[in-house]
Amino acid sequence: MSVNTLNSASLKADFPLLGRQVHGKPIVYLDSAATSQKPRAVLEAMTTYYDDYNANVHRGAYLIAEQSTTEMELARQKVQHFIGAPAQEEIIFTKNATEALNLVVNSWGRSNLQPGDAVLLSLLEHHSNIVPWHILAKERDLELRWISVGDDGHLDLSNLDKLLDGVKVVGISAMSNVLGTVVPVRAIADAAHERGAVVVCDACQLVPHRACDVIELGVDFLAFSGHKMCGPTGIGVLWGRRELLEEMPPFLGGGEMILDVSTEGFLPNELPWKFEAGTPPIAETIGLGAAVDYLTDIGMEAIADHEESLTAYALKTLEDRLGESIVIHGAAHPRGGTISFAYRDIHPHDISQILDQHGICVRAGHHCAKPLMRHLGVTATARASLYLYNTESDIDCLAYALNETAAFF
Amino acid sequence: MSGLEDLYREIILDHYRTPRNRGEMECPPAHRGEGFNPLCGDDVVLYILADGDTIADVKISGNGCSISQASASMMSTAIKGKTFADAKAINKAFKKSLSLSEEEEGEADSAEEAETNEDNSVDLGDLQALQGVMKFPVRIKCATLGWNVLSESLEKLNLD
Ligand SMILES: Cc1ncc(COP(=O)(O)O)c(C=O)c1O
Repeated sequence: MSVNTLNSASLKADFPLLGRQVHGKPIVYLDSAATSQKPRAVLEAMTTYYDDYNANVHRGAYLIAEQSTTEMELARQKVQHFIGAPAQEEIIFTKNATEALNLVVNSWGRSNLQPGDAVLLSLLEHHSNIVPWHILAKERDLELRWISVGDDGHLDLSNLDKLLDGVKVVGISAMSNVLGTVVPVRAIADAAHERGAVVVCDACQLVPHRACDVIELGVDFLAFSGHKMCGPTGIGVLWGRRELLEEMPPFLGGGEMILDVSTEGFLPNELPWKFEAGTPPIAETIGLGAAVDYLTDIGMEAIADHEESLTAYALKTLEDRLGESIVIHGAAHPRGGTISFAYRDIHPHDISQILDQHGICVRAGHHCAKPLMRHLGVTATARASLYLYNTESDIDCLAYALNETAAFF
Repeated sequence: MSGLEDLYREIILDHYRTPRNRGEMECPPAHRGEGFNPLCGDDVVLYILADGDTIADVKISGNGCSISQASASMMSTAIKGKTFADAKAINKAFKKSLSLSEEEEGEADSAEEAETNEDNSVDLGDLQALQGVMKFPVRIKCATLGWNVLSESLEKLNLD
């Protein structure tokens, strides 16, 4: 154990939902890769906004409107520092990571990609970093290429040079939401940049779990969602290098994103508002700011260390208690706390249904990563995913309940 | 384990462990239909070999959870040897037993529906065991997956 230990058992008390029972049993929440639970501090920040200073931003010249604008822009700075972004203008608030990725594909992609250009993605990608590219590829006649995944759950980078030949943009997930794989983003980004390609990173599973620095990662765009990092739903982030963002046309049009509008046309607003059309999710943005504070206070190093040791405990416990009847899909070290598995030949849907009766929340399905599922040769997996509030006792419950599952089938 | 016994009835588990009419058929002469549950990736493939307006033979393939596969297996035994009209009536009665109407499921049915309206007379038999899914709303989609393929297949076969 490192010096950065955190006490998950007492952290649970920060999360109101984790105090509830499910089917008469204390809840064991193992689905944080889908969405995390929210600490009281986040919920209170949002309630305070509505109770005390609810007003639309960037418009009114009255006190509470100034306050809501200030708080929202403060949240932007918090996010900026959290991911090591050079400037606050580079932080664009979106609805979620999906919208952030669609923004890049539609704005940057549409103005930079020509018929015949190649886009390189990995088989680890979530549908949100696949489907937007498919849509544009069809329209623009682009070529999609894929970095494959080895048996160890890691990307096969042996032919990266060849794959990058003629590639204009690389879309890469920093951590798999299925296998937990930690991807060597820096190495891929450096190789891509040597070829003059732009790198779009889906950091949905990285930012909540590891200290993250966009300069160290070496990417050009970074997308993530607030709801997976203790923040509310309805708020996501796109970070982009200023030079790129400056050149890009707006994505959505409307209020807030303009400097001037006439019957002849419009003049887009400055960064970041050029990309923030309409009234933003103000309470959610402020909630995300509170989530960043919460995580920062605990310390991202401490969170990462906790998840490392808990993941090791989980892998060992499941193997020790369930032996050959459990198969864990990928990933060798380095990996995060997302564990996809098959248990006996019981369908993941049935597993999660029975675990639910024990108060245990795990996900079953394709996890919005069907190309990866096809590659693994499965239609679905059961997935347990860990976060700062999970304990060894949660893992023990999972192992016990899985054993019980076998009794039904 | 309140409720789980209602979901995983012995007859359902039996069909899951030993699916009936499992396999594939050459198309043509057989008709092939397929349905997906986009939520969990389950799929059911239904082969129907028609003789006039009778389902002479039926085969099921695909894979998925116990409920989707058992329900498809049970469906296959219920419709084999039946006329299209009877199969349609069974389908309707089954969905009704889960408090679903064909309309709710988004399959617009035509006026000819009237002729199969005496579905109260349909004896669901073992299929009644699937009513336990009503306590587990997310699983209703699993239970009806194969039946939705049947609806589509019958519509196509009726046109042929
Ligand atoms: C790796 C990854 N990318 C993208 C997403 C999409 O996030 P959202 O649905 O919040 O846009 C998710 C979450 O589901 C994810 O895990």
